[in-house]
Amino acid sequence: MAGRLDGKVALVTGGTSGIGAGAARRLAAEGARVVFTGSKAEIGEALAREIGGRFVSHRVEDAAGWPALIDTVLGEFGRLDIAFANAGTEQGDANIEQVSIETWDRLIAINQTGVMLTVQHAIRAMARNAGATGSIIINSSMNAARPLGNYVTYSTTKAAVVALAKSAAVYCGQAKYRIRVNAILPGVVETDMIRHIMQSQEDPVAVRAIYEGMAPLNRMAQVDEVAGLVAYLASDEAAFLSGAEITIDGATTAGMMGV
Amino acid sequence: MARLDGRVALVTGGLRGIGQAIAARFCAEGATVVITDLDAPDSEAVAAALAALGGQARYVAGNVTSEDDWARIAADLQSAHGGCHILVNNAGIDLTGAVETLSLEAWRRIMAINVDGVFLGTRALVPLLAESGGAVAGGASIINVSSIMGIVGYSEVSAYNASKGAVRLFTKGIAIEFAQKKMPIRANSLHPGFVKTPLLSAGFQRWVDKGFAEKPEDLVGAMEAATPIGRLAEPDELAGPAVFLASADASYMTGAELVIDGGWTAQ
Repeated sequence: MAGRLDGKVALVTGGTSGIGAGAARRLAAEGARVVFTGSKAEIGEALAREIGGRFVSHRVEDAAGWPALIDTVLGEFGRLDIAFANAGTEQGDANIEQVSIETWDRLIAINQTGVMLTVQHAIRAMARNAGATGSIIINSSMNAARPLGNYVTYSTTKAAVVALAKSAAVYCGQAKYRIRVNAILPGVVETDMIRHIMQSQEDPVAVRAIYEGMAPLNRMAQVDEVAGLVAYLASDEAAFLSGAEITIDGATTAGMMGV
Repeated sequence: MARLDGRVALVTGGLRGIGQAIAARFCAEGATVVITDLDAPDSEAVAAALAALGGQARYVAGNVTSEDDWARIAADLQSAHGGCHILVNNAGIDLTGAVETLSLEAWRRIMAINVDGVFLGTRALVPLLAESGGAVAGGASIINVSSIMGIVGYSEVSAYNASKGAVRLFTKGIAIEFAQKKMPIRANSLHPGFVKTPLLSAGFQRWVDKGFAEKPEDLVGAMEAATPIGRLAEPDELAGPAVFLASADASYMTGAELVIDGGWTAQ
């Protein structure tokens, strides 16, 4: 298994925690040289030392900062083969009746515009590879298919980036690039963020049971399980996969959620 | 370490096309592979396939529409290999033609092979998969080969559409069922686009015979032009996804569909 991504260079946005950190670890373990971004410098530098990667302090929605980030990737590693558009948040989100325009705009900027910028800059960099090769993976959510009432902006942005993945995949074909673009739709993943949410509730055990019960598998996904899918899509084993939306949710959306 | 070390896999329709490619990759990843098909065990096609697969593969003749054959295959897996971890329900046929011209006999035949075959194979091997699946990381894995034609409709492909759509939702139903019952079996569907297989060549030839094109190459060119990646898939490109779904890496994937179509249905 080790070596499946030998010689490839990967960029992971939002790589200091959760699925992003898990993916950065897994991509590095399979041989890729990994650049990852985030805003928590101390954690980022520690992870960079752990995986032999490179941390760059950058917020995904900072359009002006993208050229410098790509310059760093290409300047230090010479190429870009894999981009995991992972950075996203549901922080502060609310229902349609109560969501503030500030929250809406902030989440759109991170979850949607940030993904667009990631894909756009990744394609521009990958087009420079011999044969214009690359694999771009967008982290959507099962809530793209089953929107949540209390997370209107999050649900909307996660659905939007599935369309973005397909549009970019079709475009890459038209442009004769061999750049694949796919979206993954994870169910509830047991990240530090989810653990924190559970612990901050009045009855953490009950909340955990609700999260686990959403999936017929009756458990949350582990970060490593999503990282395994990311590594697979990044590899040449997925050479004919493009424009796909791939659910990884323990059968949550195979039927009706929570049933 | 190979990713399927110590696992036993059954691949139906394993002599040709996608089934053959999946069997070959499973062998390369360390699995013990049993392939089934309709050919006689002493036929040249079987000898050639087994020679190509190496020592880790066996052939058992079997018709996926036969309950008796499935009982025999299940008993063989139990006695020869002590169980089964991976079931690839791949065997299938196509059927094209204007809906008003399709015979009930032809309709029932495609449903028997493409749908009954998946149901019977699943039903026959669930006890083995449940037993064996508890002993491997990620559990046992059923991979049902549907098609992009199980997701989108296509003119004069209605019977094939219906059969592959049935496979898609059958897979989701059993995935939920196994998960809720805490049975260590995952079930997912593969949805190939246009793949260079004998089935596709035969289908193209029939379209040429009907006067839709002058020669099969013209149809290949049209399909390539309609695929964002700009080419048809090699059978081996369906094998990587199957290995992934069979492996421990896909431990949270069940009830999912993996579309491998070079972007065809993304348009």
